Amino acid sequence: MYEIRLHSRGGQGGVTAAKMLALAAIREGKFATACPFYGAERRGAPVVSYIRIDDAPIKVYSQIRQPDLVIVLDMSVMETVDVLQGIREDGRVLINSPHPVDMQGHPTYHVDLTGIALSLNLVIAGSPILNTPLMGALAKMGYVTFDSVKGAIEETFSDDRNVEAAQLAYEELER
Amino acid sequence: MLTIATGNKAVADAVKDAVPAIVAAYPITPQTEIVEQIANYVASGQLASKYIPVESEHSAMAACIGASATGARAFTATSSHGLVYMCEMLHWAVGARLPIVMANANRALGPGWNIWAEHTDSLSMRDTGWLQVYVGSVQEAYDATLMAFRIAEHNDVLLPVMVNLDGFALTHITQSLETVDPGDFIPPMHLPHAIDTGRPAGYGTLTAPGDYYRFRWDIERSMRNAVSVIEETQDEFGKRFGRTYGMTEEYRCADAEVVVVAMGTLGKEVEIAVDILRGQGVKAGSMRLRWFRPFPDLDLAGKEVVVIDRDYSFGFGGIVAHAIASKYDVPIFSVIAGLGGQEVTYDDIAGFVRDRRPGDEYWFGVDA
Amino acid sequence: MANIPQEEYIFKTTSACAGCSSSLCLRHILKAAGPDSVLVVPACCTSVIQGIYPNTAFNIPVYNVAFAAAAAVASGMSTALRAAGRKTNVICYAGDGGTVDIGIQALSGALERGTDFLYICYDNEAYSNTGMQRSGGTPLGAATTTTPGGKTEGKKDLDLIVEAHDPPYMATACSAYPIDLYKKVEKALSIEGPTFIHILAPCPPGWRYPADKTVEMGKLAVRTGMWILYEREHGQLSISGPSKNAMRKPLPIEEYLEKQGRFKNIDQRSITVLQQQVERHMARIAREAEGIC
Repeated sequence: MYEIRLHSRGGQGGVTAAKMLALAAIREGKFATACPFYGAERRGAPVVSYIRIDDAPIKVYSQIRQPDLVIVLDMSVMETVDVLQGIREDGRVLINSPHPVDMQGHPTYHVDLTGIALSLNLVIAGSPILNTPLMGALAKMGYVTFDSVKGAIEETFSDDRNVEAAQLAYEELER
Repeated sequence: MLTIATGNKAVADAVKDAVPAIVAAYPITPQTEIVEQIANYVASGQLASKYIPVESEHSAMAACIGASATGARAFTATSSHGLVYMCEMLHWAVGARLPIVMANANRALGPGWNIWAEHTDSLSMRDTGWLQVYVGSVQEAYDATLMAFRIAEHNDVLLPVMVNLDGFALTHITQSLETVDPGDFIPPMHLPHAIDTGRPAGYGTLTAPGDYYRFRWDIERSMRNAVSVIEETQDEFGKRFGRTYGMTEEYRCADAEVVVVAMGTLGKEVEIAVDILRGQGVKAGSMRLRWFRPFPDLDLAGKEVVVIDRDYSFGFGGIVAHAIASKYDVPIFSVIAGLGGQEVTYDDIAGFVRDRRPGDEYWFGVDA
Repeated sequence: MANIPQEEYIFKTTSACAGCSSSLCLRHILKAAGPDSVLVVPACCTSVIQGIYPNTAFNIPVYNVAFAAAAAVASGMSTALRAAGRKTNVICYAGDGGTVDIGIQALSGALERGTDFLYICYDNEAYSNTGMQRSGGTPLGAATTTTPGGKTEGKKDLDLIVEAHDPPYMATACSAYPIDLYKKVEKALSIEGPTFIHILAPCPPGWRYPADKTVEMGKLAVRTGMWILYEREHGQLSISGPSKNAMRKPLPIEEYLEKQGRFKNIDQRSITVLQQQVERHMARIAREAEGIC
């Protein structure tokens, strides 16, 4: 079972990203759950979402304590949140950043999701859409195939630019 | 059709597939998404129900009662404070013998304000005469809601059914969901005592001590009938749609020496703890209680029992633990855990079993 | 004279008190409504008047419901019946306690939602069914079992509250004027949407007057201006005949008060306040009827 923890801010699409990843996994015949951790958060506050992917039905409902992968959609949450908390020794990190970031020696991938969204003018209510390009990066990292990512995006959004954004992130992801 | 959905969406989809004539509801976290989704289905023409946007939960149940009394299928959803606010009308729906279906997102009661999972809301309504089922997955939320209509409306039952799903833990989690075309699995509702202006009658008139108890007994008789109606409905559901359910869901129970009883999502998490314990040489099993009313017959003979109550009856104890203690002469270790969304992991549960003290009560997280 | 049907929907076997005006009103209401009607009754005198299971004195479906729930139950019932293509009249028949106090939220909600029903409040100005306790509908100075020295607050203005919801039809009525009531029920039921009638229903044991004086008490209420009969259809107010006459030269309210034991110990100051309120109310209704407001 892969356990993924996604850090974002309210309104950045982290919850939808988690659902799309679960959908992509389910389309491949796997089992998946996606769950935001709800507190009293409001728009703009740090939010955590959990995604589990497995070959067998998933019975866990408690929070993920030892993630295999930590995703950071907004690096500013790292000022107040220890995003690496509990990460497995070999756990990987994926960061929305144009530049490499040192995450205490953990294998860290970066891609400029914000830049990709802005380059395609994928903006809703003034915020760049980060979740669809994120799907491309996750496909590149091997959690799901690009085909199922494409399918999940198309089931969720009608605008073709979302798949294009995923394609760009797939190509631009760097370690 | 295989898709993904939250627990709330699954309930709304089951309602869409059961097509009640009336949905009357009032929003409350963490149930709101159910009624929003239903309102959207109605507004977009995908569901031919009338949506009554009532001004309170008391009125939500009252409106369901008024609609159901005419022989119309009625649904509502609520949670926590909303449920206890409609308490009076929960009793009324039972006495009036109306097969209303309601989803309850189990949530703790204030103060302090707490929007997370707990079962005290619905368990404090256990004596109203509503049938109560507690579900453990998104798929089960859909299946149980669909079945609830058939069970409630069965003429041997004619009692309302409450489908309980854990607030946030289940209402907001996304999992896979396979919806079905119910076809004639849910026959048209036929209420024998529906209001008929051609046959005027008084409903709920003043009833003297010499008669009242007969109506109460009739409710109990129907509650007893409900067990076989539930089993028959669940069997038929399994035959038609391939997913089978029992009064309980048992996991590695047959040869278990210690059985963990819990409800809702915690009951699913118990199964992982059982695997861990088995790996450590503890012969554990899980018995997830699905139906709480009517209370099922449990096969606990010769076993030790660890009950996890996500609820409490002050001055008495865990409600599930005491329900079991009153029916079965077995050693019980009563654990109170998960109140108001308190985080409980499978490792914690395995710990409860390893450190069990039959006869004792243990409040998880409290040093006492 | 209105052509009032001979059919009876209330039989002479009710357990109403002698001189009960609310059951008299209901007799005329149901004649106006006809057999394709359902009565929704919250806890009130009518819960008891209809009789004890397995008997009923009412030859019409009666749905008894919890105290606070009448208008909401009617909402569900009306919506379900209309969805099934049925025109059945859904009529709430509720006392003042079930309307101005515990039931006001459900009433407000049902009015706001545009429920197609008729809500009738028969106002006997106290919790009569439980033995005459003060309600929001009890007038200033009236003694009840919970205001033994006389109520120190005024009567809640239910009609202003209902008016604020802008229903297509609302009216006041009084048991002493059954034909006026009959016509108003007929009109209310002919109009789609939420309609409302507020009936003053004198109560011999509660108001403490002899049972044979019920009609007289209602007439005095109207002649003194303590109760004004009017109807408001799509916002247009018209004063009903008996009040039109009464308002030309109203009797002093003492003529109404002194015949009721509940006002036995009312003080002069309260009488003055009541008289001023009556005059203000008459003036306001008259202005509205003339289109000046």
